[in-house]
Amino acid sequence: MTVSTAPRRKIRFQIRPIAAVCLLVVLFWIIVALFAPLLVHYPAGDMVSYDYFGPMSKEYWLGTDYLGRDIYSRLIVGTRYTIGIAFVGLILAALIGITLGLLAAAFGGVFDTILSRAIDTFVGIPNLLLALVIVAGGGSSIPILIGAITVIFFPGCYRFTRSMAVNVNALDFISAARARGEGHFYIMIHEILPNIAGPIMADLGLRFVHIILLLSGLSFLGLGVQPPNADWGALVRENMIGISYGSPAVVVPSLALASLALAINLLIDNLPQRIRDQLE
Amino acid sequence: MNKRILEMIGGRLAVAILSLFLVSLAVFFITELLPGDTAQELLGQAVTTEAASQLRETLGLDRPAILRYFEWIFGLLTGDLGYSHVSDRPVASLVAERLPNSLTLAAVTMAITIPLALSLGIFAAIWKGSIFDRAISSVAIMLVSFPEFMIATLLVMWLSVYLQWLPALSFIPTTADLHTVVLAYIMPVSVLVFGSCSQMIRLSRAAIADAMVTPYVEMAMLKGASRSRMVLGHALPNSVAPIVNSVALSMSGLLGGVIIVETVFNYPGLAKLMVDGVSTRDMPLIQTCSMIFCGFYLVLITAADIIAILSNPRLR
Repeated sequence: MTVSTAPRRKIRFQIRPIAAVCLLVVLFWIIVALFAPLLVHYPAGDMVSYDYFGPMSKEYWLGTDYLGRDIYSRLIVGTRYTIGIAFVGLILAALIGITLGLLAAAFGGVFDTILSRAIDTFVGIPNLLLALVIVAGGGSSIPILIGAITVIFFPGCYRFTRSMAVNVNALDFISAARARGEGHFYIMIHEILPNIAGPIMADLGLRFVHIILLLSGLSFLGLGVQPPNADWGALVRENMIGISYGSPAVVVPSLALASLALAINLLIDNLPQRIRDQLE
Repeated sequence: MNKRILEMIGGRLAVAILSLFLVSLAVFFITELLPGDTAQELLGQAVTTEAASQLRETLGLDRPAILRYFEWIFGLLTGDLGYSHVSDRPVASLVAERLPNSLTLAAVTMAITIPLALSLGIFAAIWKGSIFDRAISSVAIMLVSFPEFMIATLLVMWLSVYLQWLPALSFIPTTADLHTVVLAYIMPVSVLVFGSCSQMIRLSRAAIADAMVTPYVEMAMLKGASRSRMVLGHALPNSVAPIVNSVALSMSGLLGGVIIVETVFNYPGLAKLMVDGVSTRDMPLIQTCSMIFCGFYLVLITAADIIAILSNPRLR
């Protein structure tokens, strides 16, 4: 007897020009984050110029900040904080959310009901508010920020995975797998997961945008990454006085954040229609 | 109204109250159980253990957390919002000063956002695929990607610093005339409208688009109804539930926006009070503010659910 497994679909991406540009922008920021130490001109914390809010120049590509530090170097290092913290938080939230979502769909019954109800509670607290409460309790260290992101974003991953998995779970090839005696875990990993991986990746992309916006917002309030370190949001905050001088120190980190967020959103918006249908 | 509807509404209310209870547990224990407490915070770095424990005793912080939780929740229910040791005033008076300001800001924003976003979403759905639709969708995706603090700082740079048309801060003296008040509100409200309308546009457009492919809209089309009649007469009444839901969901985003906007413009609202509370670790203040925000949010979500139930023609 031949054993059949879940039908595998080949994912074929047609690359649209706008998607290609967005992909390049995303890759650009990932490379910047990975190779930050090689790209900086000055140590990010050093006061290198006596000119506060200095203009863009050959020496200081993006000018200097409120303490005469090189904005270009601080932006590069800030990329690492923004993308790094958001990425680790996203991975943790995804691991917890996807695992629980698959478990809930595969086992169903009381387990699913209790888990879903418990997780729904978190949805009763708006994201930034929950972040404020966690930071108020635990302080603004980087582990707490990552933990806060995990706690805030795993319920969404759970709900998305569960709803996708429940649909797949009702299909014939799952019944076939159950009939030939496969266990819950085999079905979760080998039958359900490969069939929902595409939409889940796209959903995680959208969540990553929410995470970087939330993290930057928190840092902008002075409750995220703490001085002397700074992510993109904190860079905007510490240079707020520069607004009256039209300093690049305020604008450039915002633009960096906007470019990354917009690129990811547009990239996902230009995915093949089949995956986008499943997203909604 | 039949029994089934009443049962469903009752169910929603019960879930809301249960959620609020669980939220209060989460808020209290997250702020209480992690290391560091008010006593240490008040006395600063160079504190002796005796002084800290004495203050803890005076403030009642030495008693078990579960006991203090029930005191706190009982206080909230009876109108005692606690005491802010950091500013040495009852939380109730701090909140009473600030809450109306935040409510005004949110109300003005919603009064502009809801009609604007819904009509843009609905028109985009009517003319689906047209240039208008694509323009609206592009703008919406941009607004979703831009952080509120960026929109706010760019507006300040342009309108206050460069053109000098509007005040950069929204502190409004009580003696201000209408003109000053309106000028002070323009930028904060614009930022909030930009921030909260994009999701509503996208969701309402999607809801109408979903309804457009149903058999009854096809039936209307076969009868020769115009496109706007199909949308307004057939698709829209059946999309009330998802649309109301999208409005309620963007409240969560609006709250996030209010927190940022009140900080940028130094607007004397509740969110600014809470952010300052987090900086000074003023726990009673944070706990109470969180419960007020979550309470409002849950009321709106529940109201949206109830409207969705009432609007469902299959239940009538």
